[in-house]
Amino acid sequence: MSAVELSPRRTASARFLRSELWLIFGRRRNQAGLLVLMAVPILVAVAVKVTGGGHGDGPDFFSSITDNGLFVALAALTLELPLFLPLAVAAISGDAIAGEANLGTLRYLLAVPVQRTRLLAVKYLAIVVFSFAATLLVTLTGIVMGLALFGGGSMTLFSGTQIGFGEAAGRVLMATAYLSVGFASLGAVGIFVSTLTEQPIGATIAVVIYCVANFIIDTIPQLDWLHPYLITHYWTSFGDLLRSPIAWDGVGKGLFLAAVYILVFWCAAWARFAGKDVTS
Amino acid sequence: MRLRSDRPSPGPSQDAGTTSGLAVATAGLTKRFGHQTAVDDIALRVPRGAVYGFLGPNGSGKTTTIRMLLSLVTPTAGSIEILGLPMPRGAGRALPRVGSLVEGPAFHPYLSGRANLRRLDAADRYADPATADRRIDAALDRVGLLAAAKKHYRAYSLGMRQRLAIAAALLAPRDLLVLDEPTNGLDPQGTREVRSLISTLATDGTTVLVSSHLLSEVEQVCSHVGVMHVGRLVAQGRAADLRGDGDPRVRVDTPQPEDAAHVLREKGLAEVTVGAGRAGGVLAAVPAEEVVAALVHAGVPVQGFVVDRPSLEDLFVSLTGEGFDVSG
Repeated sequence: MSAVELSPRRTASARFLRSELWLIFGRRRNQAGLLVLMAVPILVAVAVKVTGGGHGDGPDFFSSITDNGLFVALAALTLELPLFLPLAVAAISGDAIAGEANLGTLRYLLAVPVQRTRLLAVKYLAIVVFSFAATLLVTLTGIVMGLALFGGGSMTLFSGTQIGFGEAAGRVLMATAYLSVGFASLGAVGIFVSTLTEQPIGATIAVVIYCVANFIIDTIPQLDWLHPYLITHYWTSFGDLLRSPIAWDGVGKGLFLAAVYILVFWCAAWARFAGKDVTS
Repeated sequence: MRLRSDRPSPGPSQDAGTTSGLAVATAGLTKRFGHQTAVDDIALRVPRGAVYGFLGPNGSGKTTTIRMLLSLVTPTAGSIEILGLPMPRGAGRALPRVGSLVEGPAFHPYLSGRANLRRLDAADRYADPATADRRIDAALDRVGLLAAAKKHYRAYSLGMRQRLAIAAALLAPRDLLVLDEPTNGLDPQGTREVRSLISTLATDGTTVLVSSHLLSEVEQVCSHVGVMHVGRLVAQGRAADLRGDGDPRVRVDTPQPEDAAHVLREKGLAEVTVGAGRAGGVLAAVPAEEVVAALVHAGVPVQGFVVDRPSLEDLFVSLTGEGFDVSG
């Protein structure tokens, strides 16, 4: 084979990813979903401001909101962690392959040609970007609302230690990134499910059920041997990043587990999709 | 194997297929879905530069074959070469030079026509982003959609959707176009436009494989024809050969058939037959008008004279025992 053959342009892969992101973030449905995600920190901030807050019933971070606006972001993340954020990731990842199959655009993408492995890689990369963007959107909205209504300044951690505003904000962003990785691992499950069907809504519902089932199993003590393997198990460890010193144990295990989930389900998606007859 | 250096140079590449002058060649191509055999041992031969009419009733296996050509579906058995490259291994190098329309248009409904083409272009690793806008507008213009480029695909009529799909196939210079039922949903005017577009592309040197269940829509533009019936390729070759262009039959209606037959034999017609009130034969080198003149000269009263060329429609019916619109 001679050297003079079709030479792919290097920039084109980034172009496809940009197109994919534009498809996700340009879609009305997804924009509406992101607005709902933003509404939670706004609601939390306003509610706490109006009622004066600080009463023990709510999640941990609630009682600290009046001390430092950054806690609005953490409280919002805690509230959205069980359903809203996983639902958003499930909607995007469930749509990844099944949505294109459902529209029939999958056959035209493949005939371009887009190599199937590359299609899965770009689709998954876009899901990862979405996971980070959606989580970060909640955090940033929380920070802006919190600072506007409660002010910033140094943060008093649960251990009683005080850290400066800069470090505190850095830790909130770290917690956000950590959670994003967790949601990205759910996205890997989603893209796998998405290769099984031509019904994007079905794939999304399946991923949401899977996620909620994980949360439920995590509360059943008789199944405690299973808990460390549940995809959702270490998500709540993001709070450990707000301790002093940082408790890395849960976060480390969470990151490792997420990496394993991403690897396993991405490979499963590939195994399913690479040789599949596309008759949609 | 020698390959072309780059896609964007126009026209067919003569050096890509070292073994053959075929744009598409399959051998023993078979696809079974469970117990059902959709495509059964077919050997497509589409010469470079040809307009190949891939004909057959709905459900005869045309689309499954096309899906296999484009590596969307894995054959159960057999081999495929596209532009001289073995599939599916060579798909990454062959398919960028192939434009396709498979089983109707499919686009994102909430994107405009232009945005849909931009997305397909973005997915193409061989497409030059710098020329994207120009190529997209040129493709839209070619199918007459430029005025509706900004409209949402959702708002397109069936005919406009079909045009957009053809535009997508023309986004880059192609050596081979695979058009599955390109005239579906088009009105007679649109059908004519597609036919003339196919002719223009073929003149530019692009090989076109066009499938249809409506023979009349593509017959005029096809240089080659393949006929599918229940998963099998029952006829294939140059359209003129299949039609039997070389040997039209003449039929003379006359009260003196014996005399007429005598004249026909004298003029060198083959297979001369005599019936009640008529004589007939196969025209070879002699022009029909000379035969008429000879008949008149010999004093044979000619009541009627018919030159009968078998049409592809006749051929199809004789091969499949069905009309074109009937499911196989």
